[in-house]
Amino acid sequence: MAIAIATQKTAALTGNEAAAQALRQINPDVVAAYPITPQTEIVQLFSTFVSDGLVKTEFVAVESEHSAMSATVGAAAAGARAMTATSSQGLALMWEMLYVAAGMRIPIVMPMVNRALSSPINIHCDHSDSMGARDSGWLQIYSENAQEMYDNLIQAVRIAEHPDVLLPVMVTMDGFIISHGMENVELLPDQAVQDFVGEYNFPYPLLDVEHPRTLGPLTLQDFYFEHKREQAEAVYRAKEVILAAAEEYAAISGRRYGFFEAYRMDDAEYAVVVLGSTAGTAKYVVDGLRQAGEKCGLVKVRVFRPFPGPELCEALSGLKAVGIMDRADTFSTQGGPLFLEVKAALYHAAGQPQCMNFVYGLGGRDIDPELIRQAFVEVKDLMKKPADGVLPIVRYLGVRE
Amino acid sequence: MTLSSQTKNLLKAHEEVDAKIEPNAGWRDLPIGAVIPQGGTATQFATGDWRTIRPVWSKEKCINCHRCWLYCPDMSWISEDGRIQGVDLTYCKGCGICANVCPTKVHAIEMHPEDDFKEDEAAKEGGK
Ligand code: SF4
Ligand code: SF4
Repeated sequence: MAIAIATQKTAALTGNEAAAQALRQINPDVVAAYPITPQTEIVQLFSTFVSDGLVKTEFVAVESEHSAMSATVGAAAAGARAMTATSSQGLALMWEMLYVAAGMRIPIVMPMVNRALSSPINIHCDHSDSMGARDSGWLQIYSENAQEMYDNLIQAVRIAEHPDVLLPVMVTMDGFIISHGMENVELLPDQAVQDFVGEYNFPYPLLDVEHPRTLGPLTLQDFYFEHKREQAEAVYRAKEVILAAAEEYAAISGRRYGFFEAYRMDDAEYAVVVLGSTAGTAKYVVDGLRQAGEKCGLVKVRVFRPFPGPELCEALSGLKAVGIMDRADTFSTQGGPLFLEVKAALYHAAGQPQCMNFVYGLGGRDIDPELIRQAFVEVKDLMKKPADGVLPIVRYLGVRE
Repeated sequence: MTLSSQTKNLLKAHEEVDAKIEPNAGWRDLPIGAVIPQGGTATQFATGDWRTIRPVWSKEKCINCHRCWLYCPDMSWISEDGRIQGVDLTYCKGCGICANVCPTKVHAIEMHPEDDFKEDEAAKEGGK
């Protein structure tokens, strides 16, 4: 049977509203959440869907994010499709339970609205929150805009719950820039989303009283390592599942996704790699530079976990220089997290391109076309420099000196 | 839905209620997420083996108030027909809570270092 692209409704929505609509259409069995700026609106809107009877969800108002994640893990282990949402300090407070969810192989999908971590206290966007959780075992998908947030959330359900994966997935968007910015979003019909996500079938639900089970047991030197090895393998397997879900989603929506988006990269000599909303502005900059005859392009990473190392290596290996932009620092003197991963991936590249890092936009500091253009100029300059290893490879872009 | 052979293998381990997990099983053969396809598995874990002090009970002094039975976090105290029969040390971690809650005037439980019993046990082993 040929699948036809569904007639979609265009609505003017903020990123948070688009995420809430995705949650409504997914119609999870349980949502347990606690408010935190800038995510609050997602669960606030969702709770009105609950009280208006638009979803069949059991909404649990918990007293903290640690409890939100605990309740979500418990509900999902019982056999429910369970979701929550958070930002920044909320994610930090979930820390302990993030690892529990991943290790127990609980397929939770969580919208995560990026916001800087304290201190100093700040409510605006950077990626320090989700980047801190990058080794927690969760899969991570970054969204450029509200449309992608909506699309990624729906696909994430299929990815997380696939028996080859069974891992939690956080889907992120940039706080305020996307979460509170309004744009046109194409919404699939409710039924199309329901058909796409299908029925939740957790392979070992605790509520299956005919088959009693022990979840989350103690394993020591004898078995822990083997369980972690299989968890690592599930992240490898997720790559195929992510691409298959994207393929199926393209068939119903007409919108196509991969691990990353290569923008005007075909004959590019130098490029910039970014995550999230900055890609929108950077595309505009690339268009301008291309018009001026510059052979430059952009790579927007969508899937950060699993990290598409070999694929990115292939996409970037023909270049002379690459600038990697990070909206987070690792405070390690080695640059931002995206830089570290891309640089490591390029270790095996034929004719290694020169690399440099731009840490930018911390705490919501605006990133405008002029700053991105400046980054491109610096990357172009890098092409001419010898690979002597003494270049100042980590730059802080847009900070006052 | 097409599944990888690895996943099929792992899910098989979940179907068998009595599936036995071999002590030397490799990572490809263990149930996903360390799930044990049986309930009540805590009984198979003898938590008593890290005990350093042990409760010693005096049947003579005991007034059967059952406070030890009620407070023991491991249900180690055995009660039959309303009377305490003694303590099963298989799961007793030696926390000393029982000795603490036993009424002060009664003092039917005393905690003793495990070392005190080493010789007894060595003798028992030797006699086997
Ligand atoms: S020492 Fe603790 S575990 Fe052992 S019997 Fe007394 S209360 Fe129970
Ligand atoms: S608490 Fe003491 S007196 Fe009471 S039942 Fe236990 S051993 Fe006997």
